[in-house]
Amino acid sequence: MYVHDEFDAAYVRERVRQFRDQVERRLSGALTEEEFRPFRLMNGLYLQLHAYMLRVAIPYGTLSARQMRQLAMIADRWDRGYGHFTTRQNIQFNWPALGDVPDILEALAEVGLHAIQTSGNTIRNVTADHFAGAARDEIEDPRPWAELIRQWSTDHPEFQFLPRKFKIAITGSPNDRAVTRAHDIGLRMVAGPDGATGFEVIVGGGLGRSPMIGKVLRDFVGGADLLPYLEAVVAAWNLVGRRDNKYKARIKFTVHELGLDAFRDLVEAEFARRRPSFEGADQALLARIRTQFAPPDLVSMPTEPFDRAMATDPAFRAWVATNVTPHRRDDHAIVTASLKPHGGNPGDATTEQMSVLADLAEAHSHDELRVSHQQNIILPHVPKGALPAVFARLQAAGLGTGNAGLASDIIACPGLDYCGLATARSIPVAQAISLRLRPIEAEVGPLQIKISGCINACGHHHVGDIGILGLDRAGVENYQFTLGGRADERARLGERMGPGFAFDEVPAAVERMVRAYLALRRDPSETFADAVERLGTGPFKAALYETRQDADAA
Amino acid sequence: MSRRFTPSVISANDLMTGRPVWLAADDRWVDDIARAEILEDEAHAEIRLLTANADSERVVGPALAPVRPGPAGPEPMTPRERIRARGGPSIPLPGNVTSTARKANDVRP
Ligand code: HEM
Ligand code: SF4
Repeated sequence: MYVHDEFDAAYVRERVRQFRDQVERRLSGALTEEEFRPFRLMNGLYLQLHAYMLRVAIPYGTLSARQMRQLAMIADRWDRGYGHFTTRQNIQFNWPALGDVPDILEALAEVGLHAIQTSGNTIRNVTADHFAGAARDEIEDPRPWAELIRQWSTDHPEFQFLPRKFKIAITGSPNDRAVTRAHDIGLRMVAGPDGATGFEVIVGGGLGRSPMIGKVLRDFVGGADLLPYLEAVVAAWNLVGRRDNKYKARIKFTVHELGLDAFRDLVEAEFARRRPSFEGADQALLARIRTQFAPPDLVSMPTEPFDRAMATDPAFRAWVATNVTPHRRDDHAIVTASLKPHGGNPGDATTEQMSVLADLAEAHSHDELRVSHQQNIILPHVPKGALPAVFARLQAAGLGTGNAGLASDIIACPGLDYCGLATARSIPVAQAISLRLRPIEAEVGPLQIKISGCINACGHHHVGDIGILGLDRAGVENYQFTLGGRADERARLGERMGPGFAFDEVPAAVERMVRAYLALRRDPSETFADAVERLGTGPFKAALYETRQDADAA
Repeated sequence: MSRRFTPSVISANDLMTGRPVWLAADDRWVDDIARAEILEDEAHAEIRLLTANADSERVVGPALAPVRPGPAGPEPMTPRERIRARGGPSIPLPGNVTSTARKANDVRP
């Protein structure tokens, strides 16, 4: 696993020292809020409805046991005993006091974590496939590349004041688990003509108030060209991006307004100019980074405990069916620890749960953990024989819900329970839906419900099978549905349904659509997404508004 | 013709903790909206906002929040301000989630 080098460590420590000084000056009155706010945001510290919120980056979603333990310690010591894992592979602490934040940042720095560039108009945390390095369908582990991009983008002098935030996601697998098409730049690894690794570069995806699916800018960029090419994309946008209007500033608008071809011309011109200055130092760095991502020495262990549990324990069997994914090596498995207990807060983990996950990573997963954009935690390298023990421990800690990919595995943003921009609550809506669908979710199969508390779409609602957007209609929460979105390699925006629903009506409305699917599917192998694709949204929309018509007729 | 001024309170966040606070008639910041001063008059509200803004060593982002006077003091009119006045999220915080989540759904912000 990647360990911060000397330069990184010194840089992060210096940033902490600066921030400590800035906080002191703010508290003493030497800095006004207007002066202080940019410093605060540069260090990932937001002010939400009830308290400050500290957003910590988890680069490409990878954590060591030690790092997870430190997060647990921070939650316990300076927060309220829990943290919130987000769709962008960050963790957010919801209750830090301003005066404690420098100490928290120092504790993070001790384990090579920080909150730099988790806010502001910079290149944000680079996210990656959470199964990276373990997935069976993978061409190559994308994380060394992600780390290369992280180092290049961190404190990049040219890119500290971009027109708007900039998000990059990377996957090494043809099955896209990183939602690359909803990012400013999405990178999909492909094998080049000579077998060498390269990337399909997707540009201009993004959700928010004007959602767009990214378009292929170049279908192949060789590995040695990757950084100069990325730099060319960001530089081209940096020059022509709309700084006059923050609602039109993301790269998706630049691509949309200019046209893909015209934007590509700008990028190619930049690329030609910049390529010569990349003389191979980046590739040497990549080679060094790679040694830190060497695959773990997987041990061989009898699978007998696994076979026995499969034969005798139905709960274990059900959990394996949803939460265990085949590993690239047959006698290993990838485990998804659910942060979605029925009726719980999606993505939240307590200090105790984080400690259990750290223990399990140490004991059974080569010290590695991942945060998924689905807001769950992954143990990427578990020997099959250890699965029953892992399951038992997860269950005891409330992390063993067998619902990965099912209806209750809901992505929800913090919404109006925390967020200053929210127009409606998300979390209690997710809770109510998950409790309501619990009895039928196994029968229903894969279903992605995604909820955002305002049009910023942090909950990815546009790309959910069922997307829910909470709005404020004259002081009352109102929830609008989208249907038929997809977040995978065939990413697609959902279609907006009609008038919204009141808070209390949402769970039943979701259930009506899900029941319509059960009635309409060809057979259980046809997923909700497939059924919507085959039938269109019509029959589901009819089910959604069914009771309204009854009510009108009555 | 000017629009009628909606009665409001002044709402902010405490600088140290980030917790919601409201301006009381005696210039103190209180953590209970029931004790906030209700501003009925626009000109007076402007003056109070100046006072609030001058207190930037203690609070962040003072702003007017419309309220309806009620029996237990000012009742915020926006969902956002209702959540803030509640003192925390409308859901139980992690630890005992599954047991109490259902009940929590009855809590309106
Ligand atoms: C709590 C404070 C938060 C604030 C102030 C905030 C703010 C925003 C804003 C303003 C946008 C729209 C950007 C645009 O359209 O240009 C956005 C998008 C987004 N945010 Fe957040 N967000 C917050 C929390 C979160 C959380 C908790 C997550 C993850 C669960 C998240 C993930 C995202 C994602 C995935 C998008 C959409 C992708 C895109 O950038 O187009 N955000 N956020
Ligand atoms: S979608 Fe809106 S409510 Fe939800 S976290 Fe993002 S900004 Fe906040």
